[in-house]
Amino acid sequence: MPSYVIAEKCDGCKGQDKTACMYICPNDLMVLDMERMKAYNRDPSMCWECQCCVKICPQQAIDVRGYADFIPLGASVVPLRGSKDIMWTVKFRDGSIKRFKFPIRTTEEGTADPIGGFPTHDDLKSEALATEPASLGIDEVPKYKGQ
Amino acid sequence: MANFETVEVNTDLLIIGGGMAACGAATEAAYWAKKNGLKVTLVDKAALDRSGAVAQGLSAINQYLGMKNGENTPEDYVRYVRQDLMGISREDLVFNIARHVDSSVHLFEKWGLRIWTDENGKYVREGRWQVMINGESYKIIVAEAAKNAIKDAGGEIFERVFIVEPLVENNRCLGAVGFSVRENKFYVFKARATIIAAGGAVHVFRPRSVGEGFGRSWYPPFNTGSSAYFTIRAGAEMTCQEIRFIPVRFKDAYGPVGAWFLLFKSRAISAAGGEYMVTRKEELKNWAPYGLAKPIPANLRNYLGQLDVDEGKGPLLMMTHEAIAKLAEAYKDDPKAFKKKMKELEAEAWEDFLDMTISQAHLWAATNTRPEEKPSEIAACEPYFIGSHSGASGAWVSGPEDIPTPYKWGPVNMTTVEGLFAAGDASGACPHKFSSGSHAEGRIAGKSAIRYLVEQNPPEPKIDSSKIEELKKKILSPLDRFEQYKDYSTDPTVNPNYLLWRHCLDRLQKIMDEYAGGVTMSFKTNKHLLERGLELLQFLKEDMEKIAARNLHELMRCWEVVHRFWQAEAHVRSVLFREETRWPGYYFRADFPRMDEENWHCFVNCKWDPANDKWEVFKKDVWNMPGV
Repeated sequence: MPSYVIAEKCDGCKGQDKTACMYICPNDLMVLDMERMKAYNRDPSMCWECQCCVKICPQQAIDVRGYADFIPLGASVVPLRGSKDIMWTVKFRDGSIKRFKFPIRTTEEGTADPIGGFPTHDDLKSEALATEPASLGIDEVPKYKGQ
Repeated sequence: MANFETVEVNTDLLIIGGGMAACGAATEAAYWAKKNGLKVTLVDKAALDRSGAVAQGLSAINQYLGMKNGENTPEDYVRYVRQDLMGISREDLVFNIARHVDSSVHLFEKWGLRIWTDENGKYVREGRWQVMINGESYKIIVAEAAKNAIKDAGGEIFERVFIVEPLVENNRCLGAVGFSVRENKFYVFKARATIIAAGGAVHVFRPRSVGEGFGRSWYPPFNTGSSAYFTIRAGAEMTCQEIRFIPVRFKDAYGPVGAWFLLFKSRAISAAGGEYMVTRKEELKNWAPYGLAKPIPANLRNYLGQLDVDEGKGPLLMMTHEAIAKLAEAYKDDPKAFKKKMKELEAEAWEDFLDMTISQAHLWAATNTRPEEKPSEIAACEPYFIGSHSGASGAWVSGPEDIPTPYKWGPVNMTTVEGLFAAGDASGACPHKFSSGSHAEGRIAGKSAIRYLVEQNPPEPKIDSSKIEELKKKILSPLDRFEQYKDYSTDPTVNPNYLLWRHCLDRLQKIMDEYAGGVTMSFKTNKHLLERGLELLQFLKEDMEKIAARNLHELMRCWEVVHRFWQAEAHVRSVLFREETRWPGYYFRADFPRMDEENWHCFVNCKWDPANDKWEVFKKDVWNMPGV
């Protein structure tokens, strides 16, 4: 289901130097049409349907229409991603709806401490990586014991 | 030549890529770099938050040993990988990743990843090695730690810069060159050490869906062979280039099957043939000893299903309804508890897709499929190059210092090119590292590269400016070619003076599909087909000298196709060289339909020589860890 932009909702991320969808698309597909100030997916056939653009859009202006090759029309899978959870609304072709809510992280955005609060060491020669052995949860990095 | 500013960046360590391995490398390298006053620079063609194969999220972590609870040892993992890859793996590297992987997982948890736990606080296992996660933001969390680490160490991150070529002199890597996909800038990264971690390759083979669904590959379409290209072109020795991976997944949208097989204990059948793992059991004897040991290797499980498909007994079906009914059966006498259990199973089934393959959830909804009501089709995908999963292609890297491996010539994870390290899909013959092991291997490579810089103190790179100018001209030439010829025809997409990226990609995929055992050939090939394929690849190689681009986006697409091409050629040459069939569910050499342990229990390695443009393909012995 390649992503598409709902013309009425997209405001081209006004005032920003780039749109959120352009910033995030892992495959460099989203572009801003400067004349219309609307974004679009420049190559739907290279879209992985990862929905990174859908999740990040501040206007909820991006949706997906199932790949014409094999996804019948009429269904939708719409995420609403917050800071702790993501809510999914799954609409079936027959009109029935399911909602799911799943946690996405346990910490505040931006707070990931690279060493995770584990004790570190200075030994550049040892097999132990910066936070090891503490981050392994065992007393030492396992050694190959041989035959 | 197109008017591009040249930006020069000098650094001690350059990390190329933005996925799990690159983030692991950045996090670890930054720690040691800060202590030693060194600079770390990361360059990524996308945005780090959603870059690489985990961009969409994941529903499980596939490598976690659980050493702190005494669940498994690194030796156990070596045995598991040896068995799955039909005896061919770098056991020293597999061991090394396995002994570090748990700490990556524990770090993820500290950073904010929610790992499912049971009532005793222990991780919920999907299978022996896997743990279940709420992984929608897995990559964002891992990228956040990497960004914070680099920032803290005073390093730099360049996003939306696509690396095209390595800088190499006298078998020493001096950095890399590429361009911004957002502005007219040509980048020259001069580095005393380089880690390549730019993923595997998709779209080398023609996918099953060729219209709008072209991009719905299982592994992402933005993994374009850039790691393989970088190491091959640097002159590094490569390994297991024949060991592609073909996953069996839910048909068309490629939703994951792991939870269904392992967590829900579902059966798979062919509609007309029944449970192929039972009816085809005798076939496994032909692949002894691996066929007769447990767990049955992924490629053999593929193969047994494929035999039914080849005989017209499909479709293959995942018996989801049956599995769910069985799990809920225990609650059948208590309607309230039964309802609750069914709801829980339903949410788990849907989250499995929503966390990592949203289109599969869409396909279920669009076909009014409820997994508790009816089975769903599964099928073999197209071939991929992914050394981190059950494929093994990648660069041949030096083994760990403290393990008596015969494969040791430098710091751990350094390729055969001085100063060039590889991790994740970029490093070969150490499969089954998945997301967590790729991160751990990145950390290993990150520390190793810094140690190399501190102890060996390689000189500042000196590169002749004429060489840089020559590279710049070559890399930007698709833009110049288009400008030069665009007015010759009235339709810019049909012009005898050039080909656009998609033309080249379509031709590459047609050759690989039809001659190297793609989907339409049921993954079968032979010497004659492969040799003809090589001939046709050479025409394409020459034609790619005339590739043209209309803008920066297409310039990236052009070089991505070139990157894929080199992965393709390494693959065809390696498949041709290995005169046996060892992974029948990945490819089948119809002229050598049996496994030949006597002659082919070995690695197939290859090397392209930059000095004379010649390929060499050769055997390397497999070393088994004594006592394991």
